[in-house]
Amino acid sequence: MPTLPVASDHQLNAFGHDPWWVILIKVVLAFTILLVFTLFNIWLERRLVARMQNRLGPNVHGPFGLLQSLADGVKLMLKEDIVPRAADKVIYIAAPLLAAIPAFMAVAVIPFGPVVDVPFSDVTTPLQLTDLPVGVLYILAIASIGVYGIVLAGWSSGSTYSLLGALRSSAQVISYEVAMGLSLVAVFLYAGSMSTSGIVAAQSDWWFGVILFPSFVIYTISMVGETNRAPFDLAEAEGELVGGFHTEYSSIKFAFFFLAEYINMVTVSMLATTMFLGGWRAPWPLSLWDGANSGYWPVLWFLGKVMFFVFIFVWLRGTLPRLRYDQFMQFGWKWLIPGALIWTILVATVRAVTLEGPIDQRYLLGAAAAAVLVVVLLSFVGDDDSDDTAEKAEKRAARTGSDDDAFAGGYPVPPVREQESIRG
Amino acid sequence: MNPYLPIIGLGVLAAGFAIFSVAASSMLGPKRYNRAKLDSYECGIQPTPQPIGGGKFPVKYYITAMLFIIFDIEIIFLFPWAVYFDSMKLFGLVEMVLFIATIFVAYAYVWRRGGLEWD
Repeated sequence: MPTLPVASDHQLNAFGHDPWWVILIKVVLAFTILLVFTLFNIWLERRLVARMQNRLGPNVHGPFGLLQSLADGVKLMLKEDIVPRAADKVIYIAAPLLAAIPAFMAVAVIPFGPVVDVPFSDVTTPLQLTDLPVGVLYILAIASIGVYGIVLAGWSSGSTYSLLGALRSSAQVISYEVAMGLSLVAVFLYAGSMSTSGIVAAQSDWWFGVILFPSFVIYTISMVGETNRAPFDLAEAEGELVGGFHTEYSSIKFAFFFLAEYINMVTVSMLATTMFLGGWRAPWPLSLWDGANSGYWPVLWFLGKVMFFVFIFVWLRGTLPRLRYDQFMQFGWKWLIPGALIWTILVATVRAVTLEGPIDQRYLLGAAAAAVLVVVLLSFVGDDDSDDTAEKAEKRAARTGSDDDAFAGGYPVPPVREQESIRG
Repeated sequence: MNPYLPIIGLGVLAAGFAIFSVAASSMLGPKRYNRAKLDSYECGIQPTPQPIGGGKFPVKYYITAMLFIIFDIEIIFLFPWAVYFDSMKLFGLVEMVLFIATIFVAYAYVWRRGGLEWD
């Protein structure tokens, strides 16, 4: 049986040679970056949303209110830890840990930068905790464990709201995980590798976000669904489910769900940067400078790109209303998943044709992306179903013999006879 | 050195932090017993008692879970296929299109039978 040649030239030789103290420093650094990033993001989100709503936001504790999240964390720590009588105690306590620990672990294979010299020593190390031949698969797997935290939290609380919130949340996360996984297939196809550093290396000429634009769009939508963030935060629809799966949680256990949500937000943003925006590579005008992709500078570009995604998250929350659950699930199953599958086949076809023939794949792929874009744009043009609704209203009026149309705007409204008589 | 070692290190650190915080909070926080406080949350009425082992929930969630497994397995097949696509070329493409078409039949069936509708 012939063995398959390694598809990618990129090797993982740079990994696994660190001395123990470098590993220790990197582990602590990765952990600290996540914690500080979370505190910063909570503050940033509150400030940005406040600005979008013509408010000031937290600005008292520390410079610009930067220490607000830390103060909140300490306050939550000192609050009473309530375990409801109906709760299943062991699982109730384990659930927030199960949500938070995998959230921390997912960052292990994210590349923050290239191979650098460690200061005050002659050791060189990649700015990445470790890398695996199945790096991205590892992130997806670890992120899925977080769903257990949600399900078990809702189930063990012994409350109706928690149970329903947990079910909604898990159904949502697993649905959008499928779309997310499918959108990544095209990237692996072009990178020829599943290791995160290999994918970054494969983007030295073109970002995959450009040549695989539809994949990027599908990933961006599904990452918002995956992290339970607005406008897809149906698990915590206050008007319907109180707090969703963490209704019964208080004190530090609640804080861990909060922490997990914000870390997941950062993780999917980091993954998006790595997969589609060239990872730590400098963006175009900066990339003209020779030193931009070496030393510690790439960390700055990387964090800048991650902040861009975090800003998108906050912007979405400040702008869009929450979706209805059935519409949300239908969007995932009827649009994103078949769309991602068709796009994958399209990309594979283009790739196969170019590998067999001499056409430059970038032109083909660009044309395919343009075609998809045109189709998507066309779906926004043209008549919506308003004519249809008006027709139905006419029919209904003819049937009932009255001018009162209970479905006037497409949704049921109570008749307003008094108003009419006054006006008439 | 094993490349999985730093992951375990990060996991141990995160677990230590999480368990320490929960333990510290249970020691630092106040404890004042109140019967009503330990009740499950309900909007101002007596909470609905939950049957042992969790309440009932709509069958739609089971269907979603089963569909998820089907598509997740499809993804598991798609990933290695995508990584080694360059060495399989047209052969790999045809094989995968056949596989996706098979899954698509099941998908179309579920869609037609209303498995993707949320009422």
